[in-house]
Amino acid sequence: MATWKRTRGFWVSIILVFAFFAVVQWLIASGMLNIFYVNTLFFMAINVILAVSLHLIIGITGQFSIGHAGFFAVGAYASAIMTMKLQLPFAVGIAAAGVAAALAGLLIGVPSLRLKGDYLAIATLGFGEIVRIALLNIDYVGGASGMTVTHMTTWPWVFACLLATIVVIANFTNSTHGRACISIREDEIAADAMGINTTYYKVAAFAIGSFFAGIAGALYAHHFYIIQPSNFGFLKSFDILIFVVLGGLGSLSGAVVAAVLLTVVSTFLQNYPETRMIIYSLVLILVMLYRPKGLMGTKELTSLFKWRKAAQGGMNHDNKNTVA
Amino acid sequence: MELIQQLVNGISLGSIYALIALGYTMVYGIVRLINFAHGDVFMIGSFVGFYAVTMLGVGFFPALLLAMAACAVLGVLIERIAYKPLRNATRIAVLITAIGVSLLIEYVMIYLRGAQPEAYPGALLPGGNIKLFGVVVSSQSLFILGTSLALMILLQFIVHRTKIGKAMRAVSHDAEAARLMGINVDNTISATFAVGSALAGAAGVIFGIYYTKIDPLMGILPGLKAFVAAVLGGIGIIPGAMVGGLLLGVIESLVSGLGYSLWRDGVAFVILILILIFRPAGLFGKNVREKV
Repeated sequence: MATWKRTRGFWVSIILVFAFFAVVQWLIASGMLNIFYVNTLFFMAINVILAVSLHLIIGITGQFSIGHAGFFAVGAYASAIMTMKLQLPFAVGIAAAGVAAALAGLLIGVPSLRLKGDYLAIATLGFGEIVRIALLNIDYVGGASGMTVTHMTTWPWVFACLLATIVVIANFTNSTHGRACISIREDEIAADAMGINTTYYKVAAFAIGSFFAGIAGALYAHHFYIIQPSNFGFLKSFDILIFVVLGGLGSLSGAVVAAVLLTVVSTFLQNYPETRMIIYSLVLILVMLYRPKGLMGTKELTSLFKWRKAAQGGMNHDNKNTVA
Repeated sequence: MELIQQLVNGISLGSIYALIALGYTMVYGIVRLINFAHGDVFMIGSFVGFYAVTMLGVGFFPALLLAMAACAVLGVLIERIAYKPLRNATRIAVLITAIGVSLLIEYVMIYLRGAQPEAYPGALLPGGNIKLFGVVVSSQSLFILGTSLALMILLQFIVHRTKIGKAMRAVSHDAEAARLMGINVDNTISATFAVGSALAGAAGVIFGIYYTKIDPLMGILPGLKAFVAAVLGGIGIIPGAMVGGLLLGVIESLVSGLGYSLWRDGVAFVILILILIFRPAGLFGKNVREKV
């Protein structure tokens, strides 16, 4: 029975996850969810993927990147080129989106070897803008008027990508590599002195994070019929940033919850875009002034349940001092 | 001749960047903070100038002074409300707050007056063109250049010849030691924000006259480019910001002159990334070893 006790959490989550998938699939198939709710749901999932992928870069590795919309854009365009120009299946489009964005992540990860903090932030912001301006000027992808993309994103695809993102990033965080990344976040010089190859892990975090941002881009492109460079400006990067910041810098479940909540909020405020941005900016300022670690800090949602804590013992990084 | 023409345009544009970059570099030099809201202070300055001219009917210089005063107050308010409580917080927290302040100013402005652009009244400065060795220079761009240069000389005077300037230099060198020497660090930081923001306000009015079109999101791109200019010259170094701004303006004009005007905004960021990779301390900076 000891095995059951240890793996109980795992099996329970698997059952819950597939039950959730089946219920939503049934609701969509039976037409009980109208198109508005389906859109919101898909948008929610895409935002969660983006938030979790940025969480790996900012929350876990401590690399302040504010050009995430750039990777998102690379993924969206790469997948659109695959499916629309080269007539390849959607699966290839998704894979290509991930790979293209990961390559872009490597590209921006390499300068990040030499940059820290503010400089890295501004360099990634610059990178996002370069991507947007480049897309604006390439006629092959339609320039400013953008590309039309057929609708291919379905619930199984969205769900599979969402699940893959969360599982990969959660497992990465709990692996040796994830520990190394956390140590870089806490104190890069000390991590280096302990023999951790900081360069390698920083670039790896960038590559993995941008890979999933690219996948989110593929889902986005094939859901909204048209993609334009103006969809990927730095306001989009700030949107993603606020998910991570609000959820807690270093909390995966925090990022997920914040992405879901804020997607709902922004859907309701769709007709008042200024109000939405004013609320967003006030939230950013107030959270930083009064709770600079974000709402969840580095805590995970699961650590709120006592029995999980007891079962996992020291496995969960739920206390404040992540790396003791 | 085409080349010289572009060069003149570039210098006018560059002097606007230089004025904004001075504010970035001064603030960074003293509190090590990228003040993302600086570009929005520039936008507010532009609008204050616009309303002063259209509603109060004043001329160029009163409008310029009014914009500078309003921006100085705004800069100090931003510092006191948003940045001061975070003096000892992590870099990420401060940077996120700065982004928040920037978005707040932009969208409160849109909320108050709408997002539609506004056209600056054209007859503020004497018109006409001056021919110099076959190059046509508008008297407007000479006027702009003259105003910017005068402001930069004034800044040099403030920083190097006055008591508050001495205090600024002392605090940027070592805030703790300056405090022990009896310098009021908080007031000095506020003064730095006031001076930097006033320069951004002046740049806003000049920008409005030069480009005629102003709107609430106009601060974003010039703000970022001015930051690039500050990094290019070496952030924290005042002459560096001037040279960086002028250089960036000239490069941009040359790029558009060569027929790649759509890539103009991208070039600034490419320069930024190249500078950060190959010479992170900037053209005028010295490499400082990191202390553990």
